[in-house]
Amino acid sequence: MITTFAAALNTGLRRAMDDDTKVVLLGEDIGKLGGVFRVTDTLQKDFGDNRVIDTPLAESGIVGTAFGMALRGYRPVVEIQFDGFVYPAFDQIVSQVAKIHYRTGGKVTAPLTIRIPFGGGIGAVEHHSESPEVYFAHTAGLRVVAPSTPADAYSMIRQAISLDDPVVFFEPKRRYWDKADVDFEGEPDLPLHKARVCTHGTDATVLAYGGTVATALAAAKIAAEEGHSLEVIDLRSLSPIDVDTIAESVDKTGRLVIVHEAPVFAGLGAEIAARVTERCFYQLEAPVLRVGGYDIPYPPAKLEKHHLPDPDRILAAVDRCLAA
Amino acid sequence: MVSKKSDKQTYPVQLVQPDGRRVLDREHAALVADTDGARLRQLYEDLVVTRRIDVEATALQRQGQLGLWPPLYGQEAAQVGSAHALHPDDYAFCSYRETAVAYCRGVPPEQLTALWRGVAHHCWDPNQVNMTNANIVVGSQGLHATGYAYAAHLDGADIATIAYFGDGATSEGDIAEALGFAASWSAPVVFFCQNNQWAISEPVAVQSTVPLVRRADGYGIPGVQVDGNDVLAVLAVTRRAVERARTGGGPTFIEALTYRMGPHTTADDPTRYRTAADTEYWEHRDPIERIRLLLDREGLLDPEFAQRVADTADDIARRLRTATVEMPDPDPASMFDHVYATDHPLMAEQAQQFSAHLAEGAQP
Ligand SMILES: Cc1ncc(C[n+]2csc(CCOP(=O)(O)OP(=O)(O)O)c2C)c(N)n1
Repeated sequence: MITTFAAALNTGLRRAMDDDTKVVLLGEDIGKLGGVFRVTDTLQKDFGDNRVIDTPLAESGIVGTAFGMALRGYRPVVEIQFDGFVYPAFDQIVSQVAKIHYRTGGKVTAPLTIRIPFGGGIGAVEHHSESPEVYFAHTAGLRVVAPSTPADAYSMIRQAISLDDPVVFFEPKRRYWDKADVDFEGEPDLPLHKARVCTHGTDATVLAYGGTVATALAAAKIAAEEGHSLEVIDLRSLSPIDVDTIAESVDKTGRLVIVHEAPVFAGLGAEIAARVTERCFYQLEAPVLRVGGYDIPYPPAKLEKHHLPDPDRILAAVDRCLAA
Repeated sequence: MVSKKSDKQTYPVQLVQPDGRRVLDREHAALVADTDGARLRQLYEDLVVTRRIDVEATALQRQGQLGLWPPLYGQEAAQVGSAHALHPDDYAFCSYRETAVAYCRGVPPEQLTALWRGVAHHCWDPNQVNMTNANIVVGSQGLHATGYAYAAHLDGADIATIAYFGDGATSEGDIAEALGFAASWSAPVVFFCQNNQWAISEPVAVQSTVPLVRRADGYGIPGVQVDGNDVLAVLAVTRRAVERARTGGGPTFIEALTYRMGPHTTADDPTRYRTAADTEYWEHRDPIERIRLLLDREGLLDPEFAQRVADTADDIARRLRTATVEMPDPDPASMFDHVYATDHPLMAEQAQQFSAHLAEGAQP
């Protein structure tokens, strides 16, 4: 069925709620309004306000109380309205949610899904276009994922909710309105932690996640016209990283360009580059390159096109490593 | 503050009724006793002008000139009344909706839209008007106002700060922590909550089951509830709070009861969560109509004056519009400016790489 990314998530949430009455949603404006991106549209109407809960405006409170519900056997799915507003909840996520299993010697789990619209490209005002994924990827105990297509949005949200570990679930907000065919009856074709090879190629590997996957695919298309065959990988899981899939590709192509919107400094690309260098040292024909956001606060809307990686910057990096 | 002699309703504080008749409240009327005809007319003009600014900016957004706009329509009296209670050396800490406060602080209309047009993260120079730029992270400014107030106290400066926030913000930990710090430090800060009844789609009942003003109680902070659509009443209670703060009396919490007549921002669709009947009740309590009726009753609304106000509003709206549509896109290289106040090697390197990249792109 042809569906938007947002609608695929909506259906995924609906399925999860149908399957398990312990699945509850919490967040700001998720009820009648259906969330500012309408991801929870009509769910309160259909499941009632005990299962789709409009909370007071307090992010630490939202995550902290959801954590308490999880301790009681519920499977809360929390919506943080925008990436820039997760920080008040940071302490709860990092100090409490992430560590409970470890701190209780495995006796207690926190099956919590924390949905966060992330990234830019929608011309928003400040605090509405951030990429905070590394803060969470750096925290042991959390799973961090980011779908890039409607089909993955649907399957990954269901996988995240059924997982017994807490999942920080990043939704690339500029892809909410992307449309694609989604098989709502099928089962997920990949485990949650696996990366996906989107297009096969032989000259270089381009790795991306979230909002930049489509950009990488666009770059690969242009490269093909210029006679270069790029293999594009969608990372999907930001923690843990599926190094096997990446290494397999790099063993074949000998070149890797990593793309993300987040500032490059101490970003996820650095981690991936280090691991790939360890694993594929003798196969690499060129240094692993990173294309990402600059190391600045997300700029005003009129400048974001310069800040966000575009096909042009990706291809410039590809050229550099092909020349090496 | 409860007047034992009369059985009139003492809360919320009100000095002008919706039909423009004055309320007999000696205690609060005394606080605005100096508000003569000229001053009343000034308040009226500021209400009319700030509504006009808001309507113009909303139109500019609809015409694609602004990326977003947070309308203040309906909340003019709460903002104008409280802003008129401030001294120039007091410092205002705002959220994103305080356009009227900014105007009353002296921000030129040309400087109101840059952030919303997406050309900068700021609109005006905070130091010039003693007022912060828009703060989007809800509630955080409560702590900043408290810290600034305490620092002023340490400096021996007799000033007040005022923190503007909404009803939703009262649920944030930052506001709770600010109230705790302010009370503990007896800091000269006024907490000004514009209870406009909604936090995007959530009615105030989601935030609190008791009047918000009672939150102050648990911190030992005096609280006062005021009719936020009554500019005189707001002026009165804010003056008292500011005076208290400036003379060492410590913090006050004001809950101004008002209503957001429009959407939360231009990206919001209020028909999803509220009915026309909801807003109708408040239409009859329009803050501008109220003072217009008062002026009329007191013989202060001659046609010349009305015309002058209309002309001023038109003129300011024109300035706002022209400045906005003529606002150029920023120089791309400016992305790297002001990340640090001191030289930073990484910034210099990236700025240079970026320029090189741009130059490459410029080649045919
Ligand atoms: C910490 C934080 N969480 C969420 C948001 C998203 N958001 C922006 S405004 C708003 C509602 C605020 O309501 P209220 O405090 O009543 O102020 P109002 O907008 O009504 O003036 C929300 C949820 C935000 N900006 N900051």
